[in-house]
Amino acid sequence: MTLSTDQQTGEDLYDVRLRVNGVVHDLRVPARRLLSDALRHDLGMTGTHVGCEHGVCGACTVLVDGRPARACLMFAVAAVEVDITTVEGLTHPDGSLGPVQQAFRECHGLQCGFCTPGFLTTITAGLEENPDPSHEEAREMIGGNLCRCTGYQNIVAAVERAAVLRREGQERP
Amino acid sequence: MTTKLMGQGVQRVEDDRLLRGQGAYADDLDVGPGLLHAAVVRSPHAHARIVDIDVDAVLDVEGVHAVFTHDDLTGPMADPLPLLIPHPALTHGRTQYALAKDEVNYVGEAVAFIVATDRYVAEDAVGKVRVTYDVLPAVVGIDAARRADRLVHDDVPGNLGARLEQQTGDAPAAVAAAPHRLSLDLDIERSACMPLEGRGTVARWEPALDRLQVWTSTQSSTGVRAAVAVKLGLDLGQVDVITPDVGGGFGVKINHPWPEELLVPYAARALGRPVKFTEDRREHFISSAHERAQVQHVEVGFDDEGRLLGLDVEFWHDHGAYTPYGLIVPIITSTQLLGPYKPGAYRVVFHSLYTNTVIVTPYRGAGRPQGCYAMERTMDAIAAYLGKDRTEVRRVNLIQPDEFPYEHHLVFQDGRPLTYDSGNYPEMLDKIKALVDWDSFPARKAAAAAEGRKLGIGLACYVEGTGVGPYEGAHVHVETTGKVKVATGLTSQGQGHQTVFAQLVADELGCRFSDVEVVTGDTRRMPYAVGTFASRAAVMSGSAIHLAARRAREKALRIAADALEASEDDLQIVDGVVSVKGAPEVSLDLGTISVLSNPLRYAFDEASKRATQFQVGDPGKPPVAEDDEPGLEGRDFYSPERATFASGMHAVIVETDPDTAEIRIVQYAVVHDCGTLINPMIVEGQIHGGVAQGVGGALYERMAYDESGQLLNASFMDFLMPYVSEVPDGIDVDHLETPSPLNPLGIKGAGEAGVIPSAAVFAAAIEDAEGFPITAMPISPSELFELRLAQS
Amino acid sequence: MKPAPFAYHRPRTLDEAVALLASEPDAKVMAGGQSLVPLLTMRLAGPATIVDVSAVEGLDTLAVDAEGVRVGAMVRHADVLASADVRRVQPLVSAALSHVAHPTIRNRGTTVGSIVHADAAAEMPVVLAVLGGSVDVVGGSGRRTIAAADLFLGLLESSLAPDEVATSAWFPALADDAGVGFAEIARRHGDYAMVGVAAHVDATAARVGYLSVNDVPTVVDVTGVDPADAGEAALAHLAPGGDVHASAAYRAQLVRVLTARVLREAHEHRQSRQGAA
Repeated sequence: MTLSTDQQTGEDLYDVRLRVNGVVHDLRVPARRLLSDALRHDLGMTGTHVGCEHGVCGACTVLVDGRPARACLMFAVAAVEVDITTVEGLTHPDGSLGPVQQAFRECHGLQCGFCTPGFLTTITAGLEENPDPSHEEAREMIGGNLCRCTGYQNIVAAVERAAVLRREGQERP
Repeated sequence: MTTKLMGQGVQRVEDDRLLRGQGAYADDLDVGPGLLHAAVVRSPHAHARIVDIDVDAVLDVEGVHAVFTHDDLTGPMADPLPLLIPHPALTHGRTQYALAKDEVNYVGEAVAFIVATDRYVAEDAVGKVRVTYDVLPAVVGIDAARRADRLVHDDVPGNLGARLEQQTGDAPAAVAAAPHRLSLDLDIERSACMPLEGRGTVARWEPALDRLQVWTSTQSSTGVRAAVAVKLGLDLGQVDVITPDVGGGFGVKINHPWPEELLVPYAARALGRPVKFTEDRREHFISSAHERAQVQHVEVGFDDEGRLLGLDVEFWHDHGAYTPYGLIVPIITSTQLLGPYKPGAYRVVFHSLYTNTVIVTPYRGAGRPQGCYAMERTMDAIAAYLGKDRTEVRRVNLIQPDEFPYEHHLVFQDGRPLTYDSGNYPEMLDKIKALVDWDSFPARKAAAAAEGRKLGIGLACYVEGTGVGPYEGAHVHVETTGKVKVATGLTSQGQGHQTVFAQLVADELGCRFSDVEVVTGDTRRMPYAVGTFASRAAVMSGSAIHLAARRAREKALRIAADALEASEDDLQIVDGVVSVKGAPEVSLDLGTISVLSNPLRYAFDEASKRATQFQVGDPGKPPVAEDDEPGLEGRDFYSPERATFASGMHAVIVETDPDTAEIRIVQYAVVHDCGTLINPMIVEGQIHGGVAQGVGGALYERMAYDESGQLLNASFMDFLMPYVSEVPDGIDVDHLETPSPLNPLGIKGAGEAGVIPSAAVFAAAIEDAEGFPITAMPISPSELFELRLAQS
Repeated sequence: MKPAPFAYHRPRTLDEAVALLASEPDAKVMAGGQSLVPLLTMRLAGPATIVDVSAVEGLDTLAVDAEGVRVGAMVRHADVLASADVRRVQPLVSAALSHVAHPTIRNRGTTVGSIVHADAAAEMPVVLAVLGGSVDVVGGSGRRTIAAADLFLGLLESSLAPDEVATSAWFPALADDAGVGFAEIARRHGDYAMVGVAAHVDATAARVGYLSVNDVPTVVDVTGVDPADAGEAALAHLAPGGDVHASAAYRAQLVRVLTARVLREAHEHRQSRQGAA
């Protein structure tokens, strides 16, 4: 790990290689740079939102090797040697909305949209693990994410709808 | 004929970019090279005199660009922040300074402002500012404020900011003369809006243009603009305020200017570099706003049927350390308390009190939840006293459908008479009873009791003044491409304004929905606006947009009639094409009409070329007639004489655990009347969100201050916003539509409704399950357990 | 809410990690970081150096045999919870893990990290204590095994020396004639519990562990006490306190209610295992 010094602050900098949505990014950050800030401010991928910065709200949830993780509870220097997926990486390769995104739209699963990226990543991983959740499992899937706008009713519906869209998408040749 | 979009659950146009992570919230904005980041030194004490601020240690921190204290502020910036809404009864209004001068009055009050290369370094510097305080005793809670053995402000005797009394009839006499009398003492605690995005402001000063641009997460961009201009000594025309995507507001972002909304542009101008402030969660708890805390005393006199003969209410309202938002919240409590009922006589007195805690400004519902709580607890107490069904006591007090407009002879929060415009409360009561199967509940409760389980049912009714004035405006512009650009000045925080306003424009103008693009909260596009609060956006901007679209339509028809040599009466506009009814081949699209409306001699696009085949205007008159303007545009303002009044009734069934006192929601039902629905999908979403927020407020959330004024639960670990596991699995919703006669679309507001009856309805249900009175909300299992102990 | 500056090391071997801890004053070990990072972000902790052990070889092993479950220091809660072998050999571990925060936190958080963080409100320390497990550590003075009974000293305080790093935790297997139970009550699903109870019963003894009641995870021997009375008996050894979520009296009530529930569950569990055997 290479060390250098920030000319403005005198702080030690570390060379970090992040793989985000399949793209490698090399950056030079202080050890204390939270992954959430590195994604947002160093890489300009502002889709990952910061709602509490202490791991409770889930707005900053990204996928680390496919599993949901709070980006505010990881340091960029420690997020190496893994594949990170953010909300920006959830669309289909052709640019159209992925199944979870599409389901949120159809079910009115978002209002202000601030918590939404964390839900989308969490549900994407959740449906990968459990493609056909029961209603109760759909509720459990989003049990660690806070939303202040929707009252969750339509988000649960979106989980169930996304499962259907996902299956339909896989059935297509 | 195309289908009207009014009343359709049209999918939101906002969603695509938000779902891709391409929203642009304040902290997402990179407004130019050299962006600096701010952090705030905040008071650790609830009440203290500032003896000294030593910033020497900060100046050595590499990466710090500036430190501001009150001594560094000049001109109007050094004055107290504005008192936004003065009131004659607010005899002792006080506001804080952008940075504290001499004294701090709550934990979290801004003391110094640091600008650095990034937020990390700025926070390092915050830790190095040495402030010497002379700590004073703190006034925390309504009891301490009323005792007034300590004062928040030396020059405010009794900690009393305001006392306001209103009455209709002689309530004390009516109570005294009534066959039955009851008195109630009620308590409701502090909570907060708690949007997932905190406050945030970015500013860029452009020296070459002598202009300031401010992006801020606000509910009133025009308000912030005016405040920034005055405080920074700029002309209004030098300041643009743009509201980016806002991650929820719920009221807290209507208060303005926040200290940081002034300090960020102040620093940006001073340093010649863009500056950003993004409030973190801990700051949001201790330096934004709270609401709800009141202590209430009710005296009520009634007859054998439970009719309210006299209602005499006194309450004490905790407004925190300062009063920037005036008396709006307690005035709303005092007037909206009446709900759908018509007491024979009513008197209300409130005392608005200072405490050494975070300021109180409107939170979704804005005083109504407290009023509903007082009234509905009273209704339940009357029913219990008379041994009557709770719905029957309510029924005999309801305003009847033929009594509208109903005049209460009180003054509402907008300074106008409290006059209900329309409603049908008896039918609503029938609907909620059916929705929750009220009449069969006693059998259900008995069956559960036989199994050792405790069920309870509650009902609460409310009326909500929505869509208060003074006005909103709209501008509708049909471009030569046929695209329709719409601007209204109030801001959006997730309500789907871009969608519902586009629905209204498409319907009225006759264009395609997909051709409409709506911009909100950008002072460059609509400099006259008030803001998003009081469930007013659909009523106010919706009506203004409807009227502006109508003007554009009228102009389009006039030009088309001229060009097509047809009578306006024979024309129709469908999917953006004006055609002669019965002869659809004789037509003009709106884009071409837009070209014709503007007698430019240059043609750049296809629409302009097509337009050359038509001749409009009188060759004998100037190209732009005296009574005309170039362009296919409509601009209008909507200013109602008074507010619309939405209404609703909620019912909830809860189960309380006999051993652990845990409270489980079995069923939640809502009947709601917001007049004509524009988009039922969005209205239901608002209701769902309100109900969930209400569940939080009733059963989970509170601001736990200790006696010294420290907030003990200032994190999402301990301020318990509901996850999905805490909200009902399914909310039964039924609508009633009694159109408002006050606006062209018959709409009333819907944004706040879901949260208003929560404290009341849960208190009622828990009381029913437990069999003893619930007089303090919110209530936790621990508190319910303690109440059980006290009963036994 | 940004951490103060610190130096960061990502050793690949245990020796390297131990050498760093020995040479760097005020160093802190980080595994999953789910408890540590919020403390840093709120600047409630500010170590000069972070030694991230997530890349250290050999710490990510989850080994299950007839004797018990050995969880390496970098094994995430989620992987322990997902293990059918763990559930079979020591079901109390799995039962308690399903109550640890939310799944997203369990994806990063480590079981060993949670134990040595020594939070009396956490589930895994009390499980280790009730089962009589242990933690293996290595430090400047070599390797040692710390029994659960000797591990928890006080509020967020374990008996690990500053230069020691935990390498694994050991949970003994559930004996054939034993049964376990776990329950907790939190304000919201996934929150730290107001009270949590873990029980282990066999032919000769009944032990109940409590979380969120005392400053350290506390195990009370209730052998021979009727489950209905065991909570009251346990309270003689407990000092439940009050906070913003629960009064002391309410915590005591939850001790009574949950002790009875969990002991019955453990006895039923024991009977069902004997029936199956």
